[in-house]
Amino acid sequence: MPGKCWKFGDDVNTDEIIPARYLNVTDQDELAAHCMEGVDPEFAARAQPGDIIVGGKNFGCGSSREHAPLAIKALGIRCVVAGSFARIFFRNAINIGLPIVECPGAARDAQEGDEVEVDLAAGRVVNHTQGRTYEFEPFPPELQAIIDAGGLIPYAKKTAR
Amino acid sequence: MGATITEKILSAHCDAEPGAPDALRAGQFIMARVDFCLGNDITAPIAIEQFEKAGFEKVFDRTRIALVPDHFTPNKDIKAATLSKRLREFARKHDIVNYWEVGRVGIEHALLPEQGLVGPGDLVIGADSHTCTYGALGAFSTGVGSTDLAACFATGQVWLRVPESMKFTFTGELPRWVGGKDLVLYTIGRIGVDGALYRAMEFCGPAIEKLPMDDRFTMCNMAIEAGGKSGIVPPDEKTRAYCEGRLRREARFLTSDPDADYVEQYEWDVSGLSPQVAAPFLPSNTKGVEEFENIEIDQVVIGSCTNGRISDLRIAAQILEGRKVAPSVRLIVFPATQEIYRQALEEGLVDIFIEAEAAFSTPTCGPCLGGHMGVLAAGERALATTNRNFRTRMGHPDSEVYLCNPAVAAASAVTGRITHPAELGTERPGATARRAD
Repeated sequence: MPGKCWKFGDDVNTDEIIPARYLNVTDQDELAAHCMEGVDPEFAARAQPGDIIVGGKNFGCGSSREHAPLAIKALGIRCVVAGSFARIFFRNAINIGLPIVECPGAARDAQEGDEVEVDLAAGRVVNHTQGRTYEFEPFPPELQAIIDAGGLIPYAKKTAR
Repeated sequence: MGATITEKILSAHCDAEPGAPDALRAGQFIMARVDFCLGNDITAPIAIEQFEKAGFEKVFDRTRIALVPDHFTPNKDIKAATLSKRLREFARKHDIVNYWEVGRVGIEHALLPEQGLVGPGDLVIGADSHTCTYGALGAFSTGVGSTDLAACFATGQVWLRVPESMKFTFTGELPRWVGGKDLVLYTIGRIGVDGALYRAMEFCGPAIEKLPMDDRFTMCNMAIEAGGKSGIVPPDEKTRAYCEGRLRREARFLTSDPDADYVEQYEWDVSGLSPQVAAPFLPSNTKGVEEFENIEIDQVVIGSCTNGRISDLRIAAQILEGRKVAPSVRLIVFPATQEIYRQALEEGLVDIFIEAEAAFSTPTCGPCLGGHMGVLAAGERALATTNRNFRTRMGHPDSEVYLCNPAVAAASAVTGRITHPAELGTERPGATARRAD
């Protein structure tokens, strides 16, 4: 099912995704209400469940705060598509089950408001508005195992002694 | 083909002997044993929730976990106090050895090395991006998220991809007023905020060998600002001296083989390097301080896990002695730990700061992340020895942060604009007057 694309630039950092002044809570709905506030104060109010965030390179750089992917996930964003991801954001997203896709072509071409569909299993991003299709590399099997388990905690429960 | 220090440390934590045929290579995914893990009052509460929700009952080792309430402490509001309380209750329930209350706590990445909890050859993970700091000790150390920490609480393990390494060789003599902060800002300026994405940054060469431990901590601390997974300095006699009488575990001194594989190598002669300043809104917007003309500032912050150690305070005090902070400037100095606080008192540094009309604060991460104890209003500009200058970092989205070393910060606090310390000269009117008294 396609979602509406929200386009952001390069180096979107965690201070922008969820400013530190909101880190005194862990409630996901409260975090979601301030999602992306540092870069677009209207975003959390306007984004709809099923929408897609598109970022440039190094999306999610900065702090380790898991509040950033949690806020995005709790808002109902279906997937983040970016040119590349900062490494802690990347692992946090894998660990909590927020779908992310590294696909520089799709990230570059997408425009705000485009209808974009992400097929994780097939490794494909389809931009319906522009009529373009992009392929992306699947995750390595070790990461896919964590994703398939439903995140790192269920995975760890399986492997814990 | 030889191995990098990073590959060797990770091998040793997967029961693969470094140098053996089963030794790890960059690109492999591993589940590695963790020597030590940490979380703070912002990240650990989420880890604790996850740990408890999953039904885990026991932590893997109560001596190898640190819970550090340092970000919003002393508690800035009721919500922050509630987070700290969660940390405290978990620490008590599981009898966590390394937990400190306000009055004993310090900024995590200064506190743990000082307490001898992390050392050479260790594998450390922390739910804080600046966990990469401990690479200064010759450890593999990296920032992770709260869920990683929760899983580690239970299993003592972390999933990692063995990173490729980049080698940065620094040669030449460091000029006066130039230190580790300038080397790392320069590096980030050259390679960009994602120049080391997913990679280990190895800092070496004659200039690093001469570099004091405090400066090495500063450099590794900011590896994350280049996207790096870790920063590391090959451990040497300076490392040994630092660990002596402090480290509570056996150290494992490893170095990279001469024929180790690096994806990129840089060599820079730093003899002519100026103190570096990073302009908003990226740590990679760096230039020599002399290129910043008439940039007036409202607030100066000296401290943090990056530059809140005793040598940082000494440099700042050396410049501030006998001088006053410009009337238009608020100078906030915060030592990173209680031990550094006491040392600053004993050495008379605190007197110098107060005489200069600076605020001298208790250890906290507060102002660095715009949490409390020095938040900026719209239109305000700060110069800080901290590590990030992203938009909204220290407060209002329309405020600005410039990053620099402690000498530039102190000199600029005196003039009210970004200033090269050499500009102040050696004359100190105040000091002379005091002596005349």
